[in-house]
Amino acid sequence: MSTETIDLKTRLITDFHARESVMNGEASSEFHQKKRAALAEFDRLGFPTIRHEEWKYSNVKDLISASYNFGAEGSVGFAELEDLKIPEQDANIVYFVNGHYSAELSRFVSSQTEITISSLSEAYKKTPALVTSYFDELTKGGQDAFTALNTAFAQDGIFIHVPDNQSVTHPVILRFVSDARVQNVGSQPRNIIAVGRNSSLKLAEAFRTLGTERSFTNAVTEIYVGEDANVEYYKVQNESDNAYHIGTTQVRMSDRSHFYAGTVTLNGRFTRNNLNIVLDGERCDAHMYGLYFPDGTQHVDNHTVADHCKPNSESNELYKGILRDRAKGVFNGKIFVRPDAQKTNAFQSCKNIVLSPDATMNTKPQLEIFADDVKCSHGTTTGQIDEEALFYMRSRGISRPEAMALLMYAFCADVVSQIKIDSIREYLEGVIAKKLAS
Amino acid sequence: MLSINDLRASVEGKEILKGINLEVKPGEVHAIMGPNGSGKSTLASVLAGREEYEVTGGNVIFDGKEILEMAPEERAAQGIFLAFQYPVEIPGVTTINFLKTAVNEIRKYRGESPLDAAQFLKMVREKAKLVSMNDSLLKRALNEGFSGGEKKRNEIFQMAVLEPKLAILDETDSGLDIDALRIVAEGVNSLRSPDRAAIVVTHYQRLLDYIVPDFVHVLYKGRIVKSGPKELALELEEKGYDWIKAEVEAVS
Ligand SMILES: Nc1ncnc2c1ncn2[C@@H]1O[C@H](COP(=O)(O)OP(=O)(O)OP(=O)(O)O)[C@@H](O)[C@H]1O
Ligand SMILES: [Mg+2]
Repeated sequence: MSTETIDLKTRLITDFHARESVMNGEASSEFHQKKRAALAEFDRLGFPTIRHEEWKYSNVKDLISASYNFGAEGSVGFAELEDLKIPEQDANIVYFVNGHYSAELSRFVSSQTEITISSLSEAYKKTPALVTSYFDELTKGGQDAFTALNTAFAQDGIFIHVPDNQSVTHPVILRFVSDARVQNVGSQPRNIIAVGRNSSLKLAEAFRTLGTERSFTNAVTEIYVGEDANVEYYKVQNESDNAYHIGTTQVRMSDRSHFYAGTVTLNGRFTRNNLNIVLDGERCDAHMYGLYFPDGTQHVDNHTVADHCKPNSESNELYKGILRDRAKGVFNGKIFVRPDAQKTNAFQSCKNIVLSPDATMNTKPQLEIFADDVKCSHGTTTGQIDEEALFYMRSRGISRPEAMALLMYAFCADVVSQIKIDSIREYLEGVIAKKLAS
Repeated sequence: MLSINDLRASVEGKEILKGINLEVKPGEVHAIMGPNGSGKSTLASVLAGREEYEVTGGNVIFDGKEILEMAPEERAAQGIFLAFQYPVEIPGVTTINFLKTAVNEIRKYRGESPLDAAQFLKMVREKAKLVSMNDSLLKRALNEGFSGGEKKRNEIFQMAVLEPKLAILDETDSGLDIDALRIVAEGVNSLRSPDRAAIVVTHYQRLLDYIVPDFVHVLYKGRIVKSGPKELALELEEKGYDWIKAEVEAVS
């Protein structure tokens, strides 16, 4: 059983050294040293098992038992992506296919004074020192094998830099497509988003799959939110029934900044999202919204952290899920309030509707509070659809499935309405309505 | 129009309706009165199709069709409407959206084309006026945070929109102020026609001053133990239920 585990790990480590041996001078760069350190960390940690506290309910055995072609070239054209599209709006749209940046598919509308958007590899070629200064700064030492693995193999992804005092009008939409039409594919996109002081940015990551072979996405995004900055970040996962997704979004907030995250998991075989926000500033506020709809035997795990380091900040979290069939859901929400973080307000709520007796939801709020003058609250609920409400609606002529759909849609509405990129919200409204009606 | 024959129903193994017989003809209004816990709401719920209640005997024919096997939404489409004693709060669904769905689902069931937004709004405005229903309530989540009286008024408003053949009002008058009571009654009366009927469950003669019934029935311990003309309600108001209970005990 464990031989296969060793297999993928060993294969990856061997692969790393093989790449390193053909690197010439670049191997001694600071950038590469960070990767090497991450590989050592990955080697030390190994893939987690369910004995690991953070992976108690999420077993990656199945994920790591297969082999994946990492970095397979995907040749995907517009026509093939037609079905995967989110209706267009005026936005910067950046495509990645199997982790590779696609210049051909991408399109930019914002001016370069407002924002620098380029692939990580291009950005590194042009400004190695700048990229290196951000790379892995937020994630290092995170004790997470998948993040370390991503760091070690980081090749492509997005690099976004918004200078000070820029309010970027057009959103940036990153589309990650796994082309799993002919083989199992793996990709490890690495994104760096640095938003300067008093600037604002709307950003979305959308994950889709072509084909039905297995795909494994191990994504890491580091987001720097400058002083007085405002960043909205949405992650939309609508992958195949054979898609495995592990993602970490690591955020650091500065004084008086605002950060909004919306994480919507529409479909996927196995999904683990880590959203870690360090409120490393005074008077900043972080908002986390999440929605998930696993069915069949799908598995969705959301781990979030709001780490309050300084006084007078606020975090506010609402996750909601609807689980069907034999689906499994996990929610783990940590709130840390450090000794310095007096007058913290932290709220957390996770609500679930479980539509089948075979579906399960594990929720675990985890509060660690080291300051005395704080307001924290948390609550989780897991229930069925309200039969009384259902009967009321049916007695007015609304069919049972339609009434269920209306109730479930209403349940999701307060999360969906938080999504402020119109085209994405409208896309979600459509997909969710369809999903709930089925 | 409606024919209830020896209807028996129980919940959690306890028999609550113990053989109800009732005949309602088009154009008639029947009042049902009776002490608390006698089974009035149970009867109303069973007619509307609440699944919690197990029908253990008898049948109910509405417009020539046996309805006990029908789903609640099917009964609604056939023209049965129940105004709830305790209307349910439904967060996140606006009254207007809810009603639009209901109207169009019923139309679909009847093979009619859906109303477009303009037609629907026009109709809703008229009906809202009829029961003095505030526009702002229509945009709010269904019954959520509505006062007791607002909830009841909303029930009558929905009834006015859906124009049922048979309206069953379960204590729609309780919790209403005098003006609201009159408005609700006018709403019901505006629907009175030779081809519609109503069953009005109430504890008070007051409502029956406005909605004058053709018959008054007393439900006690799961049976209709007395029926009479509208004057029976006055008698009950005056004397209470003890004399009826005594009559029942004497017989059994
Ligand atoms: N879901 C239920 N579970 C258990 N008992 C029930 C249930 N519904 C009704 N009953 C019981 O059935 C009996 C009849 O209740 P019902 O609500 O029909 O009375 P009612 O005549 O409408 O009373 P009221 O005038 O107080 O509204 C009561 O004893 C009640 O407790
Ligand atoms: Mg009652």
